[in-house]
Parts: sequence; C-alpha cells; structure tokens
Amino acid sequence: MNVLLDNLSLYGEGLLGTVELTVYASLLALALGFLMAAFRVAPVGSLRGFGTAWVTVLRNTPLTLLFFAVVLGLPRFGVVLPFQLFAVLALGCYTSAFICEALRSGINTVPVGQGEAARSLGMTFPQTLGEIVLPQAFRSVIPTIGSTLIALAKNSAIAGAFSVTELLGVYKPLNELGYSIVWTFVWIAVGYLIVTLTISALFTLLEKRFGVAR
Amino acid sequence: MTTTALYDIPGPRTRARHRLYGLIGAVAICAVIAWVVSLLFATGQFTAAKWAPFTYKGIQELLLRGLGNTLRAFGFAAVLSLALGGVLAVGRLSVHRPVRWVSTLVVEFFRAMPVLVMIFFIYVALKVAPLPALVAGLTLYNGSVLAEVFRSGINSVERGQGEAAYALGMLKTQVMTHVLVPQAVRAMLPAVISQLVVALKDTSLGFLITYEEFLHAGKLIASNLDYDLPFIPVVMIISPIYIGLCMLLSWLANWVAKRQRRNPKVETAEVAPPEPGTLLPGMQQAPHG
Repeated sequence: MNVLLDNLSLYGEGLLGTVELTVYASLLALALGFLMAAFRVAPVGSLRGFGTAWVTVLRNTPLTLLFFAVVLGLPRFGVVLPFQLFAVLALGCYTSAFICEALRSGINTVPVGQGEAARSLGMTFPQTLGEIVLPQAFRSVIPTIGSTLIALAKNSAIAGAFSVTELLGVYKPLNELGYSIVWTFVWIAVGYLIVTLTISALFTLLEKRFGVAR
Repeated sequence: MTTTALYDIPGPRTRARHRLYGLIGAVAICAVIAWVVSLLFATGQFTAAKWAPFTYKGIQELLLRGLGNTLRAFGFAAVLSLALGGVLAVGRLSVHRPVRWVSTLVVEFFRAMPVLVMIFFIYVALKVAPLPALVAGLTLYNGSVLAEVFRSGINSVERGQGEAAYALGMLKTQVMTHVLVPQAVRAMLPAVISQLVVALKDTSLGFLITYEEFLHAGKLIASNLDYDLPFIPVVMIISPIYIGLCMLLSWLANWVAKRQRRNPKVETAEVAPPEPGTLLPGMQQAPHG
C-alpha cells in the first residue's frame, strides 16, 4: 500500500501518460481506419489495392518491430519529434488496420436491399451513405471497435519501453528506490484495469444506447 | 466484384470514370513511394558501407541465430498455450462450481492484463531468465485467449449432438472426447491458428527484456559504428522476414477456414475469431458478417 501512497504523483503521471497515449492513438486509429475502410469499399481499383495492402501488412507486423522502425528509424530521415508523438504514430497506424477491418465488415453487414431502396427513393450517394448505410454499420461495429481500443490501451505498454512516460515505465524508478517490486506491479496492474474497464464501460453504454439486435 | 449496399453495379461510363480515378490514385501512390525512395537515397541509405555487413558470414549467422531464437520462443509458447488453454477450457466447462469460478477468474484476469506487464513482472520481480519469462508471459496470455476459443468452440456444437450422445448412454468424458471435441476442433482450427499468429508477433516483445531474438540481432548490427549505423538497411531486411512469417501463418488460417466452409463435417459448429477481452460480462461480441 505504501508504494502507491508514497509515489502517488509518479503513478498519476504514468496513468496520465497511458490515458493520453490511448486517447490520441485511438483518434488517429479511428480516422485512419475510416479512411482505409473507405478505400477498401471504393469502386476504384488502385485505392482498394492500397487499402488491402495497408491492412494486410500492418496486421501481420509485430508492434515492437513497428515501434523499433518508427522510434529509431524516422529520426534517420531528419524527422525529429517527441517520443510520445512517435508512439502515437506507431500505435495509431497499427490499430487503424484492425479498425478498418471492423468498419468494413460492419458496412458489409448492411443488406444490399437497404442501399437499393434508398437509391430508388432518389437519395444521392452522400445521403445513402450518411442516412442509411453508416448509421446501421456504426451500430453493428460498436463492440468490435470497443475491444480493439481495449487492445490498443494494453498495447500502449510497449511505448513505456521506448522511453515514453506511461504506466509500465513507473516500475523502473520505484525499483531503484527499493520499493517492493510485487506491490509496484500490483498497482500498475490496477492502473491498467482502470483504463481498460473505463473503455469497456464506455462502449457498453454506447451499445446500450445505439446497439440494435438484427 | 461483390455487390455492396453503397452503390449499384456501375455502367460503362461510370466504369470509365472509375478507371480514371484509379489511374489518378495509382499515380499519387507511386509519387509517394518515389518520394520515400528518393528520401532514402538522399539520406544515403543505399551506400555500400551500410549494406556490406550483410555479406559477412558472422552477421548472417547472427541474424539466423536471432531468427532461430524467435522461432524457439514461438514453439515453446505455442505448445504451452495450447496445453494451458485446454486445461482452462476444461475448467470453465466443468460441472463443479469452484473449478469453474477459479478458471473464469484466471482467464478473465490474464486476458485483461497487457502481455508486456506480465512479461516484465516475471522478468523483473521473479528474476527469471529472458526466454522462460517471455514464454511464460506469452503462455499465460495466449492460453487464456485460447481457453475462450476452445470453450466457445465446444459450446457452438449443436446442442442436439451432446443430448443424443447422452441419450445413447455415453459418459460425460465420452461425450466430450468422442462427440463434441472432434466437431469443435475442426470448426475452431482457423481461430486457433489466428491466435498463434498473435503469439508469433508477440515473441518480438522479448526484445524489450533483452532476449536475443531476431530484433535484438538487428539492433546489434544497426548500432555498429564500423558499418556506418546501417539502421534502415536492417529494418528493410528484418521486416519482410518477420511480416512474411506472420502472413504465412495468417494465410494458413484463411486456407483452413475456406476448406472447412466446404466440409460437411463442421456444419454443426461455427467459431468466431478470437477478440481481445471485453471484460464486462454484459458486453457480447457481435456476430461478424
């Protein structure tokens, strides 16, 4: 118990780091994932190919390798950014592949008849997309997106090993100060549980509000 | 091309327009790639000094040893996770309530924890050597996820199958081993292989606890001043091998899944691919389309 009370600010900083990483990377992943999903369902061949390549490569890339390439590789091109931004970039790109697949399968669950009915009523493409297809797709992908973002929060631990301030990295200074290592880790675990349970609760709420049984 | 709800099947004029867009898109993508390549040349990534080390026998052996260590960790982790997953799944399906509770608690806890936290805990707090620490961490996480896959596989076998077996007078164990498991295994094989891809990808976490795997070998070469810090060349050589290995395994999962879809023996069961834990009991996975 002492470990937590004595180092409340250190733990708080770590937790804040993890939350910041998760939020920024989630936003990036959602935006990129949406773009890639749009590419993958587009009628234009080259964009579809690009989206498919993006998803296939990133889904099969170990995240550590991606971190390794981004954090240590980009500076060789003269791209010097804070470590946190690099971490957001790596996490966001990696997760965008999974978000893209979730969104795409969501769009594919919308029955073709829905779009045909919309067009026969004279709706334009933006109307069909915005009023008919996306609202239905959104409802069916809430749980998948939720578990993807939970995975993102858990993956953010890797950033700690690449000198980004976050929860897992807290163990190092505490270890040097001679605190009980087991308790240090217990409180780190609790911190991660807080983050993941919050996301989980948020998405349960979203699903209760918007989800529909089909 | 498959039809979607988004647009009708295009006519000849629309197809011509799409071809034009496709051309513009292809040119834009090529331009970006060309820009990256020119950047690589401009920063001198293709100089002979940076690529020479890969012709040395010692360096090649170092990389191969790293790859071997990666595969060894993967092999141990895969076998042990399958075993742990089996045990935990049996526990979760047990008719004895305490056994069920303990297994559920274990599965839910390890699914909710980041793998890296467990690996670091085992490595730092329990002072275990890197390889066992990595394997133990991966086993706990993947074993728990696999337990869920196994359980949902068994549960997805049509209820009538088990009932019919009981009606014939088979024992609990017999129903499991002779009726439910054989049908479930076929159905969940693709999901199990996809989870093994996750295990293979996560062996790279060993890099962070100084396990001498593939990435570690790459780092050693990349940080060598004698070779002019060949960081980008190392990434260019390591990533295709790593990604290729994972793709091969993913492709195997897809191939098995496609084969199973035509197999009349698996008609009675359907297993969704494993997802990261959702933690709250009220939240169920939506069926994939």
